[in-house]
Order: sequence, then structure tokens, then C-alpha cells
Amino acid sequence: MSILGTRVIRTEDPRLLTSGGVYVDDLREPDLTGAVRATFVRSTVAHALITGIDTSAALEAPGVVAVFTAADMTDLPTPPPPEPLPDDAPPPEGPNPMGGVWQEPLLAVDRVRFVGEPVAIVLTDGTYAGEDAAELVSVDYDILPAVPSIEAALADESLLFPGAGTNVCVRGGRPIGDDSAFDQCEVVVEGDVVNQRVAALPMEGRATAAVFKGGKLTVWTSTQNAQLARLIFTAVGLPPDAIRVVAPDVGGGFGAKIGVDREQIVVAWAAKRTGRPVRWVETRNENLMAMTQGRAQLHHIKIGGDREGHIKAYRLDVVQDSGAYSRMGGFLPMLTNLMAPGVYDIPVVEADYKAVVTNGTPIAAYRGAGRPEAAATIERVVDWYAAEAGVDPALVRRLNFISKDQFPFVTKTGAPYDTGDYEAALDKVLAAAGYDQLRAEQRRRRAAGETRLLGIGLASYVEITAADGAAGETAKVEVHDDGTATVYTGSSAHGQGHHTAYAMLVQDELGIPMDKIEVLHGDTDLIPEGVGTYASRSLQLGGSAVHKAAIEVKEEAARKAAELFEAAETDVVLDAATGTWHIAGDPDKSLSWGQVAAAGDAGLIVANVRFTADRPTFPFGTQLSLVEVDVETGKVTLLRRVTADDAGPVLNPLLFEGQRHGGIAQGAAQALVEEILYDADGNPLTATLMDYGAITAAELPSFELLTSETATTVNPLGVKGIGEAGTIGATPAVHNAVIDAVSHLGVRHIDMPMTPERVWTAIQKASEK
Amino acid sequence: MIPPSFTYVRATSVDEALGLAAEHGEDAKYLAGGQSLLPLMKLRFAAPVVLIDLGRVTELSYIRDAGTYVAIGALTRHHDVANSELLLADIPLLAHTAEAVGDPQIRHRGTIGGSVAHADAAADLPATLLALDATFVVKGPSGTRPVPAAEFFKGFFETALEPGELLTEIQVPKPARPAAWSFQKFNKRAIDFAMVGVAVQGTSVALINMGSVPLRATAVESALAAGASVADAAQRAAEGTSAGSDIHASRAYREHLARVLVRRALEEASSRS
Amino acid sequence: MKVELTVNGKDITADVEDRTLLVHFLRDVADLTATNIGCDTTSCGACTVLLDGESVKSCTVLAAQADGRAVTTLEGLASDAGEMHPVQRAFHEEHGLQCGYCTPGMVMAIVSLLKENPSPTETEVRQGLEGNICRCTGYHNIVRAALAAAASSGEGASR
Repeated sequence: MSILGTRVIRTEDPRLLTSGGVYVDDLREPDLTGAVRATFVRSTVAHALITGIDTSAALEAPGVVAVFTAADMTDLPTPPPPEPLPDDAPPPEGPNPMGGVWQEPLLAVDRVRFVGEPVAIVLTDGTYAGEDAAELVSVDYDILPAVPSIEAALADESLLFPGAGTNVCVRGGRPIGDDSAFDQCEVVVEGDVVNQRVAALPMEGRATAAVFKGGKLTVWTSTQNAQLARLIFTAVGLPPDAIRVVAPDVGGGFGAKIGVDREQIVVAWAAKRTGRPVRWVETRNENLMAMTQGRAQLHHIKIGGDREGHIKAYRLDVVQDSGAYSRMGGFLPMLTNLMAPGVYDIPVVEADYKAVVTNGTPIAAYRGAGRPEAAATIERVVDWYAAEAGVDPALVRRLNFISKDQFPFVTKTGAPYDTGDYEAALDKVLAAAGYDQLRAEQRRRRAAGETRLLGIGLASYVEITAADGAAGETAKVEVHDDGTATVYTGSSAHGQGHHTAYAMLVQDELGIPMDKIEVLHGDTDLIPEGVGTYASRSLQLGGSAVHKAAIEVKEEAARKAAELFEAAETDVVLDAATGTWHIAGDPDKSLSWGQVAAAGDAGLIVANVRFTADRPTFPFGTQLSLVEVDVETGKVTLLRRVTADDAGPVLNPLLFEGQRHGGIAQGAAQALVEEILYDADGNPLTATLMDYGAITAAELPSFELLTSETATTVNPLGVKGIGEAGTIGATPAVHNAVIDAVSHLGVRHIDMPMTPERVWTAIQKASEK
Repeated sequence: MIPPSFTYVRATSVDEALGLAAEHGEDAKYLAGGQSLLPLMKLRFAAPVVLIDLGRVTELSYIRDAGTYVAIGALTRHHDVANSELLLADIPLLAHTAEAVGDPQIRHRGTIGGSVAHADAAADLPATLLALDATFVVKGPSGTRPVPAAEFFKGFFETALEPGELLTEIQVPKPARPAAWSFQKFNKRAIDFAMVGVAVQGTSVALINMGSVPLRATAVESALAAGASVADAAQRAAEGTSAGSDIHASRAYREHLARVLVRRALEEASSRS
Repeated sequence: MKVELTVNGKDITADVEDRTLLVHFLRDVADLTATNIGCDTTSCGACTVLLDGESVKSCTVLAAQADGRAVTTLEGLASDAGEMHPVQRAFHEEHGLQCGYCTPGMVMAIVSLLKENPSPTETEVRQGLEGNICRCTGYHNIVRAALAAAASSGEGASR
């Protein structure tokens, strides 16, 4: 029986559970002995000219080794000018900082644009002296008018980059047409939907340790892709082959650790400049001010349909808050536009976007990166339309789904959906949740005038994974003459359990038991080529690469075994159950993997591949949330989460469910409690975990997960990505549930997060009408 | 993340603590459980030059039945207050309030005296002790004096403690009907401080986070004494309060919450007795 | 100042700055790096260890306050023979960890919770973990692990 599809507990766990993971701050590498500690001096104002930096007091403080500002970094090559793109070209995929007039410096030069922007770096002999010394660096600021919001940015009165002449850094999408499609609709809803700024909040913040020795720079960094990080570190003026990047254990990433960012480059530069090893570990306060954040889109929507529930037209206009520096150009809102219509076959869809800069933390990918925003809005708006039309929201979804026999389906926005069965997912969830009974109980409580009312929220979603399938992923599989195997993957796990998953794939294909398989990742000396883990790409691309390499190993081994048996290759067979080679029909003569490998070049059988996909894949599902709203206070209690998330065949249900659980929690958190806030001067108001509402076990129920496996044709494993899907479906399901609870009072929309005051205020406003 | 430098000294008795405080004067602060003070120091909002650790002053950790009242040593941990059989029987409001403070880790370290002396308007215990008409025993260079809870809290993080004085004991009168209690802590997440909170013992009503100090809802209490219904009396919950507006709640919403929570607390207290 | 702690059964003495936090003493002096730092406001619980058998957030305890006392960290939880503690084992079997960063604190918090409440309900486990933040697991399997550990220890296990 194949091991694939079975619950296999993780090979990663024993070490993590007994001696603990080894994250950057835990490293005790000999090369890091005597490392100085880096502490950044950061801007305390949101928008200002720097008129002076006085480091003299800090330089005299005990334990201080060096203090550097931008003025000291004159040995760096200037960043290359951005490649000119025609105005209507789609933005390049993936992180792509805008350069030129929008260029983000390493340390601030003459201007700061967000509270927390790094202005100087202090190196000290011990950790404790760092904060003391950093306090002694004195920076003079000439305050400029703050641009704390999208609205302020669009007004173009205070410009972050005067050379650009505007705060709008990117525009894209299709031009919005006239209103004729809506004029013919019986029901039209138009309004604004906010997808609020949230923190990525991995439990381990950013951390980097670097040493420059013998002309080589070695950097250990908490990243989702060591190979991309290596390319970025060339900014210190070294070629890639003089740089080694190692990702040790990484305490979560969620997209905010793709590559590395400016502080990490400065740390590497400082190591090169001083010749001392340097270690930097940010505090949570720094993390909540200066690690990239997510979402932050303002949507203007218009949806039209008939009174029976058929949607005729949908328009989505996205304004992306990029924060102070555009790290990704138009990439995120471009994806939002791409996924705008979600699971529905809507005759007319218009979507466009622009991105602005504001005096806030830069925005980049965060679990879903552009797609949660699309799903959160279309699902919210479908419910809103359903309420206006007086049609049950489950029925509206059913009436408008892309049906099973329409796949492959290209949406009006150009998204090539591979496979899906949206109606089946909806049916599963409604049945498991007991939808009719829930509606009955909801009616009963309303009729009885109870103050704790039920809300039922649905979200049917689809999302795009491995959008950069053309970049693919690498894998090298080696079988050694002792019968063990090593897998080198370009994927970069930070909790996902790839070591277990990839070992399962190799055991399945080659019959080598998992406890004889070692999986390595994240070291550019061992794995110079790789893409990394984000966009829910790893199993479908990295796993397919491992699978492909294993097959090539098997083919090469068959040739070797045939030589050893002195038989024809076609007569040689691998018994995957026992991991032994035989001549077909002659079970007594067998060779072990070790024996076959010993016959290989240098005692190894090796295959080194890159797997690419020509298209992305589209996992989908339906999620249902049951909430209780206390209408006297607006407080929301999350009672149940029932989900059917379909990403194709499930390799390891344990890992698959774990990704869904984590995604659901983060999605629910955005709907209920999380929001990054600034005051009118751009000062952060949620820069500690006391103020930023990270969700805990006390706010969440256990989740009810249903299984649904609709394979894709895009890769040989038939799998899509599940890493972000849970989040994408969860936010609108919870959001819709809360509004559903009070829709009978006339409430049609409440912006996230659904804090008690927001909900209560909406109830008050509706009853005043 | 790292507190500024300080000198650590340790007391093993009340007299030793008072002596150290007198010796170091304004530069010194007492350290009890540290669950309020250390976070402030780590964010560098507080920077005492000397910390006098009271952690070994075991003589101040006790819960004693003193007949008409219960005497609690100031250094008794929240965990011990919450699990005290005596308090659960005779003053359940206090035991349940201690259980609501922070999380289990914080309750293993934080002390009732530390919480009272810190006097955060959003804290749980000060309001409950106010509702229970507790008396705080304060010891200083000039002797010992009792301070009623109503006179103890002066302003944001400000109490009647004079420099060098040490809170040694909290005396909590046993309520006539112990079961007539309710503690309503309203927050967005379980770990958050109360957005607004209400402590009720019989017809005594105290409010959390409706001003710079814990407040008795005197308008509610007068209305009840004059025979008003619970629903009517609760409508007066915000009178005389000065709730703040912040990222968690506006003043208007806090006032609304106070009215709802006072009503619920009074209903719950009377249903229990 | 001189501080003497017993950590995982071993006596450790060191001369440290008065302001040294217990978590830094454990990580940098005792060289036990399993205990992690996840925040600066006593909010996240990643630094949870046992102090005289009770869970505390070691970032909010001075090493000086723990002087002369016994601390247990994740590294000290398994038996001398290397056998996992029931809570560790339950985390492994229930997939209660992903990136592992919150895990040491989460495990120690649960060890303490179960010591005080050997048969908790799901609600009691969830409320007992309000001071421990995880971003990867959504808590579902952490709660399962806690309940499984409680059930497996119910038969009078010596821990």
C-alpha cells in the first residue's frame, strides 16, 4: 500500500520538541563566535527630512564597536536603474521593488517616510548594550506633512517622492467601462469595502547573522528562499559565488520573509565593512513597525443582478496602499484583479487598480498576497447583493457558480482555472453544518427577541497557486552506497513539513524507508539553484521536482541493476514495497539500493532536475462560519468553522489539515481582531502585541474539516497548493457571518475587523434609519 | 526589550524593605511579582535606578480568616488568591477576579499588592477591592496606617502611597451574602485588559476603565437604594465617569457598555444569591 | 551580581548584569536556546518555562528573582533515558507544531496547566493558553495534544 495519502507524523518533530529548533539567534556556529550585536536606530516620525545625525555620544558608550549611517555606506554600488516597461505591461511576477525615483535606500539618507524606518546601525559587543547605545544616537528631523492613509495619498498634497510628482506609483487593469451593464439590473449594490492593513506576525521576527571571511560572505538568515536572498545580498558589492546563504530553522514567514530586506543587507554590509561577525535579531516592536505588512487595499465595488439571484455585472476598483516604499509594484492588486470574479461565471467583469505610497510600513506578500483581498470582497459583495435581492446567499452562489463541466475555464479577467467542483464543496459544507437547522435556530432566536443572535456566513472561493510555475522548483535526489538517500530541494520549509512530505514521495517511488532519507534545503552551497516557498507552490512544484528526480534515479538505477544482473533493462524490476531490485519472475536474486548505488559513478545514483509547470493551479472550497453576536454590545463569538478546502489529492492529511487550521485562524483573525492603525501624524498605534490583536486559542473553536480532492492536470502529482487557501476562504466566511447575524436589523455591510464597537455602531445606525 | 541598567537589592523582611527604600529614596522602586513593572521597564517607560526585590518577603504572603474580614498579605500571588478555599467560600468575587487577571503565567508571579500599588485603571483587582470596601494597610517610616480603598486610588498609576511606604496587607470585609457577586470583564480577546469592567457585590458596584481610577457607580447605588429596578438603576452607570477614547473603544461606547454590563452584573449577582 | 540557579537539575552560577532577564540567562549563560523570545510585552508566551514547577514568562522575570530556585525548560522535560514527556509525545502525534518557534513555551505552559488541572475540558485548555500565541497551527492540534496528553497521563503516569 502506498504511503501517499496516509497520516505520517513529522520527521521534523523529535528535534524541535526535545532540543528545540535552531533559529538565527540560537546559532552557535564557530564563525559567529564573538559576533557583535546589531541594533538599529529608527525614525520616530512618519515623514520628515533628516537634517542631522549625531553619533558621537553613541560612539563613546561602553561596548560600542561601530555606528554607521548612510553616509558611511559609500562603498556600495548604486542600485541599477529599473528596466523601462511600457505603461500597459503587466507587472513582473513576484517581489519587484520599484527603483528610480521610488528607490528605497538601505539606511535612510536625507528623508524618512515611515515610523520605524532604519536610520543608523549600532554594533555592540553585547546584546544589552545595543539598546542603550542606540538611544544615544541623536537625529534631527524637519517634520513634513504626513500621508497616513490612501485618501491622503490620493490627494497628492504632500508627496513622499517629490521627483515623481504624485503618490500614485502604479496603475493597471482594464479601463472601467460605462454603466450600461448595470443600468439593466434590477438590483444594484455599490459601495466601498476595506481590506485592512494587517501584520504578517511570524512568531520569529526578522533575524540575520553574517560573517565575511577570506573573501566570502556567509549569511544565516530567517528567509523563505536562500537562493533569492543570495541574489539580493549581491547589493553589498559581491558576486553570487562569493556569497553563501543559509536558512536555519525559520520561525514562520507567511510571505514577509520572501528574500531579505534592507536591514538584512545592512547587516551583511556591516560584517564585510568591519570584518567582525554580526548578528541582528529584531524585537517585536521593530517587527510590528518595519517588517512588511499585508493587505491594505481599498475597494470600490458595484454589482448588479436580477431579483432571482443571477449576477449580471461586477466592477472592482482597487487602490493598493504600498506603504512608504513600493516593494512589489502592481503585483498584489494585479492578482486581486485577476481573481476578482472568484468562483462565479459573471457576464461582465471590470477590474482595475492603482497603487499609492503612504507614510506607513511597506506592504508586501502576506498569506494569499492579493487573492484574499479578491475573495474577501466578491464573497462579501455577493452576500450584500443577496440581502438586497432577498435571496438566500447559498442559493445565489449556486446560481452563479462556474459549473463542473465548464472547466477548464478562463475568467473574464484572464485567469485560467484548471479544475473545480464548486457546487460539491458548497453542498458538503451545508450538509455538514446542518445549514437548514442553523437557519431555523437563527429565525427562532430573532422571533423570540433574544439578544445573542446567530449569524451564518458562507464563502465560496477559488485561488491561484504557483502563479510562477514557469520558474518551477529544483530537486536533486542521491542514493548512496549505504542504501540511504538525500534529497536536496529548492523549496524552503518554515513549518510546512516538507521534509516529511518529500521523504514520503521518495519512499513511495523508490521503496527506501523514510528513516533512511534525509531532506536538505536552504543552503546555497549545497543547493545553488532554487526558488523557495511561497505562493503555495512547494508540493506542486517542489514535490513534483522530487518526484521527477526520483523517477530519473529509478531509471538510472534500473540501468545499473541490469548491468549488475547482466540482464536486459526491461527485465529488471524494483519492488517498491521492500526497496529491492529483482529480475522479473526471479524473486530470489535481488540487489539492495546500496548495492546498485555502489555501481554508480562515485558510488551514487543521482538525478538533478528542475520541474516547471506551464500554468498555475486553482484550489477552491467553501467555508462556513457560525457566530453568535451579542446585539447589546456587538461582541462576536466564533462558534463553528466548517470548511471544505480542495487542493487535489492529499499527500499527508496531517500536514494538509495543519495548513488549513493555520490559514483559518489567520483568516478569522483578520475578520475579527487584527488591524494595523496609525494616527493622523502617521504614528503607529499597534506596534506591540498588547495593542495589536493577535488571535489566541481562547477566541477560536476547533475546526470541522471536510475532505474534497479534485485533481489538477497541471502536474503529475495532480496537486494544487493549500498553504494559503484556508486563509482566503476564512476571512469572508467569518465576515459574512457577523453581518448575517444582524442583517434583519437592516445592516448590509460592516468593515473589518468586526470589533464589538464596529458591530454595535452598525446596529445603532441601522435602527436609526 | 531590555530594561535600562539598575541596581538590584533584595529584602527578606518588611523592615528590611522599608530600610532599603529609605536608604535609596526616590531612585528606588519596589519589585513585587514584576508583571506590571518589568514590562514598563522593558519598554523603557520606567527607569528606576534601584529595584528592591520583595520576592523573599515571605511574611507578606498569606490569606487569613480574621473573623469579619479576610486578611491578605500584599505579596500573595493572584494564583493563590484565585485558588483560596477560604476566599472561594467567603468572598468569591475576589477569588474570581484574581482568576481573571492576565494569563496563568502572569498569575503565578503577579501579586495582589503589586497590582493595587501599580493602580492601572484598566486592572481588575482594584475595582473589585473598591466594590468590597477593602482597607489597605500601609507601612512606612512613620508607622502603619489603614487606607480605605475609596481613598487609595488618586489618578492614573497614582496612589496614596507616600515615597518609601509599603503596602503590607489588604483587609477585605466578608460580604453579608457572599454569593451575590458578579464580575463582568468585557474585552475583544480574553487576554486583553478590560475595555470596561464591572464588579458587583450585593448592591455595591465598581467600574473598571471608566476613568483614571476605579470608580464606584454611585448613581447606580443610590438609585438601587431608593428602590429603582435593576434595569433603571443600570441606566445611570456612566454618570460621574470620565471614560477615555482609544484604539479599543470610544468614550460613548464605553459608557454604553457600562450600562449594559452593570445591568448584567446586578442581574447575575441577584440570581446567584 | 552573582546569580545561582538550578536549571534542568544542574546548578549554574554566573555573574550577570542586575537587569538580566531570566530568558537571556537561560539562552546565553546556560546555553539552553530552546526557549524563544517572541515579543517585548509579556504577550506571546514563547518564553514560558517552569519556575519551581509553575509556568512563568521568563522574559518578565529577572534572573535575580529566580536566584536559588529551580527552572525547567523544554530541554529538561524528557526523561534521563531520553523518553519524551507525555506532552512532547502528544505534540508529535497530534501534529501540534509547524515552525516550532512557539512550541517550547506552549509545551511548558501545557505541562503546568495539566499539573494544576489534570483533566481539563477543551474550553479550559483554550483559556489556559490565552497567554501563548501561535501563528502556524490555528491552535486546533495544540488543543488536541493537550487533551491527548491529559488522557494518556490519566492512568497515573509518574510525571
